[in-house]
Amino acid sequence: MRFIFKTKYSQDINIAKHNGDRFWYSLLVLIMVALPLVLDDFYLGEISYICILSIAGIGLMILSGYTGLASLGHAAFLGVGAYTHAFLLTNGIPFYASIPIVIIVSFLVGAIIGIPILRLTGMYLAIATLALGFIAEHVFIKWEHFTGGNRGLPVPQPEFLGMSFYDSVFFYYVCLVFLIAAMFAAINILRSPTGRAFVAIRDSEIAAQSLGVNLGLYKALSFAISGAFTGLAGALLAHYIGYLAPDIFNIFLSLTLLLLIVVGGMGSLHGTVFGAIFVGFLPQLIAICRDYLPSTIGSQPGLEPMLFGLILVFFILYEPLGIYGRWMKIKLFFELFPTYKRQTFKKQKVFTKSDRV
Amino acid sequence: MQLIQLLIDGIASGCIYGLVALGFVLIYKATETINFAQGDILMLGAFVAYSLIGIMGMDYLTGFALTVLIIAVFGFFLDAVVVRQIIGQPAFATVMLTIGLGFIFRGFASIYWGTDIFSFSTPFSGKITEFNGLIISYVNLSIIIGTAILMSALYFFFTFSKIGVAMRASSENQLAAYYMGIPVKFIFSLIWSISAGVAAVAGVLLAPITLVDTSISLIGLKAFAAAVLGGFGSIPGAIVGGIIIGIVEQLCGTYENYLFEGVREISAYLVLILTLIIYPRGLFSDKAEVKKV
Repeated sequence: MRFIFKTKYSQDINIAKHNGDRFWYSLLVLIMVALPLVLDDFYLGEISYICILSIAGIGLMILSGYTGLASLGHAAFLGVGAYTHAFLLTNGIPFYASIPIVIIVSFLVGAIIGIPILRLTGMYLAIATLALGFIAEHVFIKWEHFTGGNRGLPVPQPEFLGMSFYDSVFFYYVCLVFLIAAMFAAINILRSPTGRAFVAIRDSEIAAQSLGVNLGLYKALSFAISGAFTGLAGALLAHYIGYLAPDIFNIFLSLTLLLLIVVGGMGSLHGTVFGAIFVGFLPQLIAICRDYLPSTIGSQPGLEPMLFGLILVFFILYEPLGIYGRWMKIKLFFELFPTYKRQTFKKQKVFTKSDRV
Repeated sequence: MQLIQLLIDGIASGCIYGLVALGFVLIYKATETINFAQGDILMLGAFVAYSLIGIMGMDYLTGFALTVLIIAVFGFFLDAVVVRQIIGQPAFATVMLTIGLGFIFRGFASIYWGTDIFSFSTPFSGKITEFNGLIISYVNLSIIIGTAILMSALYFFFTFSKIGVAMRASSENQLAAYYMGIPVKFIFSLIWSISAGVAAVAGVLLAPITLVDTSISLIGLKAFAAAVLGGFGSIPGAIVGGIIIGIVEQLCGTYENYLFEGVREISAYLVLILTLIIYPRGLFSDKAEVKKV
């Protein structure tokens, strides 16, 4: 067990808590940078996709994991980001200018949507975001001038820094850089007063309000920031897919994002990456499952949603802290060996707030 | 005349939304959780009815009754075995759990029954009656009458039967109900079973119109609009909300040219959002005031 000797107040908000952290995370970044030397194009593509999912996951994690607001329509932000980016690129705006515009647009869309619906709490919010997700999907279909409707919209792959997005190594590095930047931004938002206010709202709205947190403002801000991250992921996703069709941004994608943060671990940025790796490799996992099942069941298209649901239910019931929570438990087990107590991570029952009078 | 015709069609589809919304409301009133899998239970009901009536060749009414019974028992165990474990967790967990359950049901249905579109014959299929130039199909009529019968049955059940009163008591105040010797857990599972049964009724009534396939579970999402409009927590509100949504949808479909293209498909969601923004209490809310931030 490591005990950190604190000599400064600022140590509590340091990004890296001790040299071990610095070492391991630097090593991780080095390995990620060196990956194209080892892996072929297919796996680089997969890992790029995982990076994109992680960025989207960071967005949803800030909203759901840190501010405690459920969103069942987050694919809409991916769609806004992707379509805005494709539209801008088609009209000749270069990549480096398009990305900031996408981020600003998604931020504004999040704020505009967030302000009216965030007066709602709990279940009502979940329902409202679900409905908004449907409306957004419909807008993508019908607003043909902007999105190409059901015909779809090809995404231009412009040159950037003299390299092409068709080059999978280059695209991998672009995704990686954006993931690291997004992670850095998220860490800094979360350790700033803004992030603390988000967590306070999650844990108790009344307590947060008593401490002077403007609930409406911070909830809308959380929604907007979340939208900005997810919009950025959408822009990268547009490059990854290459051809945008409205039915990509359907409810299933929204729920996949939710699965990502639940499986990864609610309320941890590590969790977004774990969750993204899980969701990214889920199709392969399902393909493996298909091989082992009898062919009458294995060849069914219904297997995918079923497995999806089973995983979701399993994690909610048995491992609400997700993969990251499991990792923490294993780590603590070895640190405290042989005095580890199961009770350390016991599920805390909370009194559900009642709407009744 | 055309307007009345539209109203009748709207009321018929609205009754279905209302029935599904009724399921949400029953569960919400009792346990303050929302069952996002309600639409998927409706789909299971339609599929079970297809198995019993379409494949095994059962008589329509027998098949109907048996379907409702099977789904009701299923709903009972769904609560007793799975959903109950989540009590004490944040509301978000329940939302995710029921969404996950919905996916499992949909996956199971498409594995077990396949992804084709099925239909089974009912005594109402294809028959119409004319009344003063109005064309009313027997299917629509069956939906409206079925809803009316079910509603009055539920009304009498909740007003006069001992279990019904116990259910209302448990919804009103759990602790007091415990003190009075009401088996609250059992009662809650029973409420889940009623709500699943109501969804099954809706599924079987709906089957002749939309036919049976996994996509009918999306009805559950439109039913949210009905429940919210009726003021989540009011049983008559759910039905009235459903009927309003049904009528709005029909009107939007007919006058699409005056509005904007594709308004029909999203009209229910637009009503939902507008209700939540403008009048989140809903029409029939028994709550004094919804908390505002």
